[in-house]
Amino acid sequence: MAAFGIRQIALPAGTLPAVALGSLVLLVIAAASDPLAKRRVPSQPPVATVAPDATVVAIDRLLADRRAVAGIEPAGPTDELAILRRLWLAVAGTIPSLEELRQFEADARPNRLDAALKGLLADRRSAESLAQQLALPLVGDEKGQFIVFRRDRFTAWLADQIATNRPWDDIVREMVAARGLWTGTPAVNFVTQAAADGVIDADRLAGRVSRVFLGARMDCAQCHNHPFAAWKQSQFEGLAASFAQARLSPVGVEDDPRRVHRIDKMSVAAAAMPMMVGGGRNVPPRVPFGEEWLGSGGTHRENLAAWIVHPDNRRFDRAIANRAWGILFGKAWHEPVDDIPDPGAESSSEDLLDILGDDFRAHGRDLRRLVTVIASTETFRMSSTHPLLEAPEDCDSVTQTWAAFPITRLRPEQVIGAMVAATSLQTIHQDSHLLTRTIRFFRENDFIREYGKVQDGQGQSLPATIPQALVQMNGKFAREMVEANPITATGRIAGMASDDTARLDTAFLVALTRRPSTDEREALQALLSEAPSKGRGVEDLMWTLFNCPEFCWNH
Amino acid sequence: MSLLPSLLGSAVARRSLLLSSASLGLSFALPALSARAAWSRGSERPRSLLVVWLAGGPSQLETFDPHPGSPSGGPTKAIDTVVPDVQIAADYPGIAAVLDRFALVRSLVSKEGDHERGQYTVKTGYRPEPTIIHPAIGAIAAHELPSPGLQIPRFIALGAAEFPSRGGYLGAEFDPYRVFDSGHKGQNLVPHVDAERQTRRLAALATLTRSFESGRAGAVRRTFHEHTLREALTLMSSDQLAAFDLDDESESVKAFYGESDFGRGCLVARRLIEAGVRSVEITLQGFDTHARNFAGHTAQAQILDPALSALIGDLEDRDLLASTVVLVMGEFGRTPAINPLDGRDHWPHGFSCLLGGAGIAAGQVIGSTDPDGLSKMPSDPVEIADLTATVFRALGIDFAREVATPIGRPMKLSGGKPLARLLADAV
Repeated sequence: MAAFGIRQIALPAGTLPAVALGSLVLLVIAAASDPLAKRRVPSQPPVATVAPDATVVAIDRLLADRRAVAGIEPAGPTDELAILRRLWLAVAGTIPSLEELRQFEADARPNRLDAALKGLLADRRSAESLAQQLALPLVGDEKGQFIVFRRDRFTAWLADQIATNRPWDDIVREMVAARGLWTGTPAVNFVTQAAADGVIDADRLAGRVSRVFLGARMDCAQCHNHPFAAWKQSQFEGLAASFAQARLSPVGVEDDPRRVHRIDKMSVAAAAMPMMVGGGRNVPPRVPFGEEWLGSGGTHRENLAAWIVHPDNRRFDRAIANRAWGILFGKAWHEPVDDIPDPGAESSSEDLLDILGDDFRAHGRDLRRLVTVIASTETFRMSSTHPLLEAPEDCDSVTQTWAAFPITRLRPEQVIGAMVAATSLQTIHQDSHLLTRTIRFFRENDFIREYGKVQDGQGQSLPATIPQALVQMNGKFAREMVEANPITATGRIAGMASDDTARLDTAFLVALTRRPSTDEREALQALLSEAPSKGRGVEDLMWTLFNCPEFCWNH
Repeated sequence: MSLLPSLLGSAVARRSLLLSSASLGLSFALPALSARAAWSRGSERPRSLLVVWLAGGPSQLETFDPHPGSPSGGPTKAIDTVVPDVQIAADYPGIAAVLDRFALVRSLVSKEGDHERGQYTVKTGYRPEPTIIHPAIGAIAAHELPSPGLQIPRFIALGAAEFPSRGGYLGAEFDPYRVFDSGHKGQNLVPHVDAERQTRRLAALATLTRSFESGRAGAVRRTFHEHTLREALTLMSSDQLAAFDLDDESESVKAFYGESDFGRGCLVARRLIEAGVRSVEITLQGFDTHARNFAGHTAQAQILDPALSALIGDLEDRDLLASTVVLVMGEFGRTPAINPLDGRDHWPHGFSCLLGGAGIAAGQVIGSTDPDGLSKMPSDPVEIADLTATVFRALGIDFAREVATPIGRPMKLSGGKPLARLLADAV
């Protein structure tokens, strides 16, 4: 698939100018179509509304009850464009381009937001963005052993699964039990992420399984019994033993029935060295609960996979529900995202993760539906302003009751995605020219190298750092994005818009997905009128928009 | 001040008091010059940490623990040093002449033989755990040591590094400020426009910040967005940035450090420490010699030896060594056995480091390895966690202090115990 093919091309830095030149030509041609002009959209068929359905109603009621008990009024609804921006950031990792905004505004149907989400979820970009977000907890952010671990293949494979809306339990089953080469059967990279010095570290895999698929940090029990939860060291060892048969061979990951899980005090790296062998004890595969859900007749990994996704294993559904909530809101329902409370004996309508988890299971573990349900809740469509958010000391009461949409920092790839979307006016997507996509890929890598990555399970409420602020203000990428030239929004807004009012309107729309207020218009007018040229003026405006908190923080 | 605790609520509570004082403008109110180490003398100064990171796993046998003529020794020769009866590899005449400024540990042991996990273990003193990222010792030094009046970052990493140090649970603000091209001001410090346009831009930015604050002023203040921008702008215009570039260093001084990026980095490191930076890490890559180990290590020595010996001499001449802890090491050593490619592989048992400067009992050797390469365990083994605790003790940091992670898990700065033998003021 070409889209992913480019990720394997190691272009030397020197070839970029030629690439840039090529795409410039293409974009100039594209620019001739005047993306600033409003589009006429042919009348569209009505879209069946997914919400409000019973699950959305149940969630809204649960949260309304909680706020009532706490005596906190909910924020009012926000406007549609703000919701559209949130949807894009969550699902596609970027903001809507001007082209998409025009299309949205031209859509006269009452449920155009639902339609937009439906279209967005069917879009390849969403599959790629969601795959990236899920790959972080699934395979971590360590580089791993390149010889046997290919993160890019894994992420591309995951995007393919999401793009075809394959049920989550099927995807997970394949990851846990797959056999073959890390290149040809990309799902096995879930297993080879844990390879070190030619040996697969079963403990690391058991840790992943417990955190990502069960929402429990059972791996703390690797070294000691968990101080708070019920997990025992022996339970963790039993879980790890399910991966003991997996080994690396010239034909990839295989299951060798003769292999057993041995516990000794050495690390994998040390244990891999032949002279270290000796001592220790054998541990058979065991699951910490729900033994009757285990598969039978397969390899240990296949049996474990059947157990993980068993319909009675509510932890599996609750874990992905919590993650999906985090993807939509920038803040998981329970944090840390991978250490959520144990489910009660019975599913409860008072427990948001049960409501979402039950719905997810009942609908064939359909990730798109899960996202749609959360995005249809009242809370997702609330304003991020609230009287109690005016004073720093009152904010917690709002945050704790989800009485307003939370303000969270964009992840690095969202920052870059948003800047690229804002400056390109038209959408960069699967069908965009390969060169355009290549440029975006390299820029993204450079930017993230300097900007840094986020850690899974870390909230997005932490402040940015000084180097991050510097990259965004003064970095090379930022300059390219802001510069007035024929391929950037700046150049085209400066050149094509009819007057400064239109320039302000368009710049605000592309960067902030809204139009300026009267006050803002008055205050920012000088930026354009006092500048030595239109181009310089719009550059200054775009720079300001890219560095303001409204751009950098999801709201 | 009564506003502070609530203002720093929940997610930002762990941002240190240092930061909150900065947010009140206090740190900028102090005269910039007070950051300069030169204000007080030698050991009276606030201490700094300088980590010279030899990335890839330097061979102990080709650096500080040669065994010439033994089955493991290979062709590497040894030379005498200023420390009686102690020899190091012949490629290091410069360091041989200043070895008495260091304690040489030849018996470090780690349990991680993979680069990524090994560097994590050695840099943090903890083995990797899936649910937490421990801060590197450089980040802890920056977190724990006061740096009044400093406008440039407290923790600076020079040179490209495959696995950069991290602030971990202390927060991203304790990630090092990374300079990829030593000898020049860090990247992204100069605005793209002239002062007039920059002023207009910043005024417009203030307008947009105020309008975003409407209806959520408290929440927006808790993002620290504007505060961080202000700190960045202060950095951009700080005179202290001069520490990053070498324009006012003479050609002879530069030549002394060697014509290499690493050499320039060592000189910059000295300047940064002089300017009051609490923690500097400088990386030299290229020690992962699975093939052609001996030629590879000789090439590395030609970079490392002049730069490190010049750095030690320079720190001493400027009376900075007495306030600076210098640690020279990599993620592991290399196998006593020589592989068919004339290389050596990863060896986390019995590898070497140099530890010198403030508070360190220099001029001694700890531990030894088996010249025949048969015994894996060195004599007198030193655990990484204990080395970390020793470094903290030498810096005057309470190594056993517990810090709460963002989820409230208490973590000790070091899980080890300081080695009294390595400390000048033995405890």
